[in-house]
Amino acid sequence: MRIDGKGRIDRSKKISFRFDGFEYKGFSGDTLASALMGSGVRVMGRSFKYHRPRGVLTAGSEEPNALVTVRSGARTDPNTRATTQELYDGLEAVSQNRWPSLGFDLLAMNNLAAPFLGAGFYYKTFMWPKAFWERVYEPFIRRAAGLGALSGEPVDEHYEKAFAFCDVLVIGGGPAGLMAALTAGRVGANVILCNEDSEFGGNLLSEDEKIDGQDGAFWARSVIDELRAMPNVRLMARTTVTGAYDQGTFGALERVSQHVADPAGAPVECFWRIAAQRAVLCAGALERPIAFRDNDRPGVMLAGAARAYLNRWGVTPGQSVAVFANNDAAHKTARDMAAAGLHVAALIDSRTDARPGADVPFHAGAQVTRAFGSKGLEAIAVRAADGHEERFHVDALAVSGGWNPSLHLTCHTGARPVWDDDIAAFVPRPEAVPGLTVAGAARGIFDTSGCLRDGAEAGRAAAEALGLKARLPDLPDAEDAPYRIRRLWAVPGKGRAWLDFQNDVTVKDVQQAARENYRSVEHMKRYTTQGMATDQGKSSNVAALAILADATGRDIPETGTTTFRPPYHPIAIAAMGAGAQGVGFAPQRFTTSHKASVERGAPMIEAGLWYRPSYFPRPGETTWRQSCDREVAMVRETVGICDVSTLGKIDLQGADVGAFLDFVYCNTFSTLKPGRVRYGLMLREDGHVMDDGTTARLSDNQWVMTTTTAAAGEVMMHLEWVHQAFCREMDVRFISVTEQWAQFAVAGPKSRDLLNGLLDAPIDDAAFPFMQCGPVSVMGVAARLFRISFSGEHAYELAVPSRYGDSLFRELLARAEAMEGGAYGMEALNVLRIEKGHITHSEIHGRTTAFDIGFARMVSAKKDCIGKVMAARPGLQDAAREQLVGLRPVKAQARLLAGGHLFRPDEAPVRENDQGYITSVGFSPTLGEARALGFLQNGRARHGEEVKMVDHMRGVETLCEVCDPVAFDSDGGRLRG
Amino acid sequence: MAELLAKTPCSGLVPVTHGAVTLDEVAVGPITSLAPYRGQRAALSSALTETVGLGWPEPGRSTANGDARLVWTGRDQAFLLGAAPDARLGDFAAITDQSDGWAVLRIAGAGVEDVLARLMPIDLAPDRFAPGHAARTLCGHMTVSVLRLDTQAVQIMGFRSMAGTLVHELETAMAAVEARARLP
Repeated sequence: MRIDGKGRIDRSKKISFRFDGFEYKGFSGDTLASALMGSGVRVMGRSFKYHRPRGVLTAGSEEPNALVTVRSGARTDPNTRATTQELYDGLEAVSQNRWPSLGFDLLAMNNLAAPFLGAGFYYKTFMWPKAFWERVYEPFIRRAAGLGALSGEPVDEHYEKAFAFCDVLVIGGGPAGLMAALTAGRVGANVILCNEDSEFGGNLLSEDEKIDGQDGAFWARSVIDELRAMPNVRLMARTTVTGAYDQGTFGALERVSQHVADPAGAPVECFWRIAAQRAVLCAGALERPIAFRDNDRPGVMLAGAARAYLNRWGVTPGQSVAVFANNDAAHKTARDMAAAGLHVAALIDSRTDARPGADVPFHAGAQVTRAFGSKGLEAIAVRAADGHEERFHVDALAVSGGWNPSLHLTCHTGARPVWDDDIAAFVPRPEAVPGLTVAGAARGIFDTSGCLRDGAEAGRAAAEALGLKARLPDLPDAEDAPYRIRRLWAVPGKGRAWLDFQNDVTVKDVQQAARENYRSVEHMKRYTTQGMATDQGKSSNVAALAILADATGRDIPETGTTTFRPPYHPIAIAAMGAGAQGVGFAPQRFTTSHKASVERGAPMIEAGLWYRPSYFPRPGETTWRQSCDREVAMVRETVGICDVSTLGKIDLQGADVGAFLDFVYCNTFSTLKPGRVRYGLMLREDGHVMDDGTTARLSDNQWVMTTTTAAAGEVMMHLEWVHQAFCREMDVRFISVTEQWAQFAVAGPKSRDLLNGLLDAPIDDAAFPFMQCGPVSVMGVAARLFRISFSGEHAYELAVPSRYGDSLFRELLARAEAMEGGAYGMEALNVLRIEKGHITHSEIHGRTTAFDIGFARMVSAKKDCIGKVMAARPGLQDAAREQLVGLRPVKAQARLLAGGHLFRPDEAPVRENDQGYITSVGFSPTLGEARALGFLQNGRARHGEEVKMVDHMRGVETLCEVCDPVAFDSDGGRLRG
Repeated sequence: MAELLAKTPCSGLVPVTHGAVTLDEVAVGPITSLAPYRGQRAALSSALTETVGLGWPEPGRSTANGDARLVWTGRDQAFLLGAAPDARLGDFAAITDQSDGWAVLRIAGAGVEDVLARLMPIDLAPDRFAPGHAARTLCGHMTVSVLRLDTQAVQIMGFRSMAGTLVHELETAMAAVEARARLP
């Protein structure tokens, strides 16, 4: 309920919101949790396993209980912590993990079955019958034990990734962080100050505390005002630093628009990668509970959180309250609550020598042994120092088992924390992350005055490490009460005392794990699931391992901690993968003819990042095969046009290009004359084929190499590697010109006729024979012409600067169509090359050698080249190797399928009898039958034999005849014609 | 006879404006890559100074003379923008016409670094990436060449074939930054 006159909320701004369908009111500055508490809502969720009703435990992102689903439809955001969800008008939230409702949950019967669901129950109970796991147990557990669910609809919201750079990254905007940022910022360091909360000030917002005589929160605001005015300081509110990585890189998640009803195009979250010269971790500390019987009743919460709700938001979990602690700091809760006019029934301190920090009934040396009530706390049982038990009727209990420094980030690169017995907590290991220092509560300094000083010193040290002259600012007067604590993890007794609220792990579960010999903390964690929920055990890890230490007779440092890994708190995959949804997954590369091709209805297929036309349908054609057959016939009979710009083009210049190419290609290039083109085969260092293509020598000094579309980048890298690693002395320079030139294949018997209509000076066979290249002028534009052919026809490739690509493609098509030709796509291109037995990366797929594809004689004996030695290994020259062959079906209509395997006709189609496989298949309209390329053991010697193709996946078996890969015009007469 | 019509890489895609930031295509004129032959860097630099009034840029930098610029683009490589290379330069360097290979964009306005911080993993703060500074880096998934033109303007060169994606990525970031500024 609300308490008049308390809190830092803006009571002039009322806000309506809905929780589980009911309308509530809150104020500007509220979180969902504080507004619900202000409205008297106590149960905010059900626990994961036993579906026990749970209320809010904390006031921060470590919250294990109050997880809700906010928004709806595609914007549904499950597992949102009510403690960090800022309230806005119209906010809709629903509770999770309950059925049918939060108040009445049928699956709470799990709670009655608790004796069977203890630690390790997955491993014991569901072992048999074996088939039941997938069909019965797992579906049941998934339904019964769960968190919120996504909508299943595609996300239509915007997420973002971003990069930031700074001299000093300050993590946390509490007293230490503010002083660190101020000290480094004042001397000119570029500072980024990240603060998880929407408001800066950290603990100062939650305490009733004075700094320099003024309210701590006001002081924080004045520091922020000064920092905001500094151009070298960047304040990042609502930003949680989630991970520390190598070389000063940090991950951070910014909640950009979760505090408004309509983001209006702004991202939901932004995942930052921050590169910092130095970092100061001022992440504060997290309070931990003390376990006792039924300590999970709604109304039992952490003492610091109770103060935060009271002092920051003006709400209280109850009218009649008690405080149970093992340290002095928690006495402030009793003090503040009494001052606010609440009835503080008891301040219970487990230490016999404790002195009361508030004017309320005080019980030193006493312990709370049990909580009563089901959907809300009704009473507590207290065992006094002399052993007698007393009951107090309270509706709220504030508990504190001490504070754990938030040292998570210091462990992300592998360091382990150090146990500090004085504060009964782990503290960061110095120098745990290079360049990162820790200040304030994050390293166990718990008084405000100490935090201010420590932050300032860390800020100065960071600035000085950057070579700046820094001095400490004047340190304001602040509270400096010492932090006194004596360990108490759990109150002994019967019943279930809860440690990990989110995963329903009790003290007994941990003890049982130890009894069953899961004595390592890592094993205990996995056996009990302690610390494995979305909160990663932030409020339970230390107590759990302390209890494990006790149960195994070891001390805490010896027991150690589990491993802290990024992220510090959950990050939506949508934020990490921002920008990669849909077409954002990869860049799209379009040729200059793309628009004209799409206008002609050509469906596109992806070739790497490129989009290439599959075929160009004409009226009356209803299947791709009809278009493909027509396009193949067109190239064979008249003329076809195909955009081949996607092939890699590399410009090479320098005195040693010839020698360099001799070393890169397995065949010789240094003998190539200017104006001529040669086909080349490139090997990898391991002797297998890497890529093939043509290289043209444009002049004495300039060459242009083409690569396949798929391997363009790989070949460029290969050339760099060869040049830098082996041929540094060679005078060679090369650069990609793939994008510079739009290049079109003009193929078919009428190709020269077509070109001569376009070229400013006509060509003939004498001036432009097969494998000739040279400069030409196309309608006044300087261009390059290559007489090369992938189709086996009399063909050319014409290259113009890309700006003219669209225009030239349209012109070529118009002229081709006037000659009964036209455009052809990838399907026809594939059929044409299969008819000719030309290889693509379907054949040179990385496991084949020059020998395998029948090009062994291309590996020049007169010179060395990359891959030559390795290609000569005996295993790569074996006659029994699978060799490139052509295949045709024995029965005309039978199917050939790429991926099918080859067997002898009389042998069973099993792995042991496998003789090869099919790589490429097409229907040849020229030959009137299907044709395939494939690899067959000793295949070159088996032309004329019959083999059986079996496609096990599609259940197809076809008898084939082995033939020469070149099925059409084997003497090459057409391409020279 | 008809004429071949020229098209720029970003035609139909730009200009785009969101808030104070505008993205537009720049006609930089000829683009030529220069890569000095072995031991010829100094000779190339003098020849450049003589012919176009530009010295060879240090890594990560550019040199400028009027509309002509020489922008570092990689190891022993720079792009000459806005001036045709003198044929004599061919004695000292590999010279390759790249005029049609690149989409050249100019993004300008207050807060331009905030937009680019969504896409580029380098520090573009005006005091560290000052006018005349050049970098090869990523823009989303693409490799680009970036040049700081002045305190509020950056030139981005990307592959011509990816111009659509480049503009889309930049526009998305511009819109998000603008929308963010409107949040309470």
